[in-house]
Amino acid sequence: MTVAGLLQHEAFSPVCLPDGEREICGVYIGDLLSWVMGRASAGNAWITIMSNINIVAVASLADTACILLAEGVTLSEEIVATANAKGINILASTLSAYELAVCLSRLL
Amino acid sequence: MNRYYYDLHIHSCLSPCADNDCTPNNLAGMGVLNGLNIMALTDHNTCGNCPAFFAAAKKQGIIPIAGMELTSAEDIHLICLFEELEEAMRFDALVRTRRVLIRNREDIFGEQLLTDGEDRVIGKEEYLLSNATDISIEEAVPLAEAFGGICYPAHIDRQSNGMLSVLGAFPPSPFFACAEVHDPARIGSLSEDPVIAQKRILVSSDAHFLWDVKEKREYFELDDEPYSGALVRKNLFTLLRKGI
Repeated sequence: MTVAGLLQHEAFSPVCLPDGEREICGVYIGDLLSWVMGRASAGNAWITIMSNINIVAVASLADTACILLAEGVTLSEEIVATANAKGINILASTLSAYELAVCLSRLL
Repeated sequence: MNRYYYDLHIHSCLSPCADNDCTPNNLAGMGVLNGLNIMALTDHNTCGNCPAFFAAAKKQGIIPIAGMELTSAEDIHLICLFEELEEAMRFDALVRTRRVLIRNREDIFGEQLLTDGEDRVIGKEEYLLSNATDISIEEAVPLAEAFGGICYPAHIDRQSNGMLSVLGAFPPSPFFACAEVHDPARIGSLSEDPVIAQKRILVSSDAHFLWDVKEKREYFELDDEPYSGALVRKNLFTLLRKGI
């Protein structure tokens, strides 16, 4: 499943999709960025509620396929612009991290 | 120029997690025993005991600073210090409207005691003080500055609620002129980070018990002629705003 492919599901809405054809391989959930940096794997869909700009840096470092913002978390325009510039895909959802994980377990 | 030994991160009995013996007078007394000159009271998300601490510090000849350990929306602990007590209390009133109100469970979190300058308990904070506010770190810095204060991340060398642990690194903004560490032995390795190397590193105790209050160790060199506590405080804030 590609990141753009997730958008076929009503739970997800696009925030920025500079690399929509990126293939998703596994899921990681976490909000403590020092923890995520060392543990998320390349290609993961990373579910978080953290909205600080450092999520873009961490996604880039860990080479995740996309960031999935849970529970209706929103980002400032500046962060979205940075994510676009760095090629980081971000999708948003009103679902909780658990509900998103259940949904992804069915889709992937 | 004179040396002023400091501890700029101290909790009183108003913080749920702090010992009830940490009354304003006991804290100021402990500071004197330890040879401190400047002490900041920084309870979680409140300046409620700062007026009492000012009264206690005055009796002991300690230069008091009104502060707060603000829990940001990201669950990061930020030290906010204010040059004037009155401004701190205005900041406190604002933070009060930005807290997430959960009734305190004393059996779990501990009591939250408000005292007067004589350590008499004059009230209890009903809602838990230590949980996250809805103020982001981005918003916290200009907010503290609007009340004549400064704001910097607390205990960056710690896992829980430290900026580096929560965000992995200092974000590009907001700019912090200072950063606090708990353990001075960590300064060397932390300063290898070029971003941290550009900040004034402060060492404070984060005291939750009387015996945690810092010993006479780190100090500021401050110009204090003609001497007054207000001048020392003013020069300290100038120094902290400048960073390094």
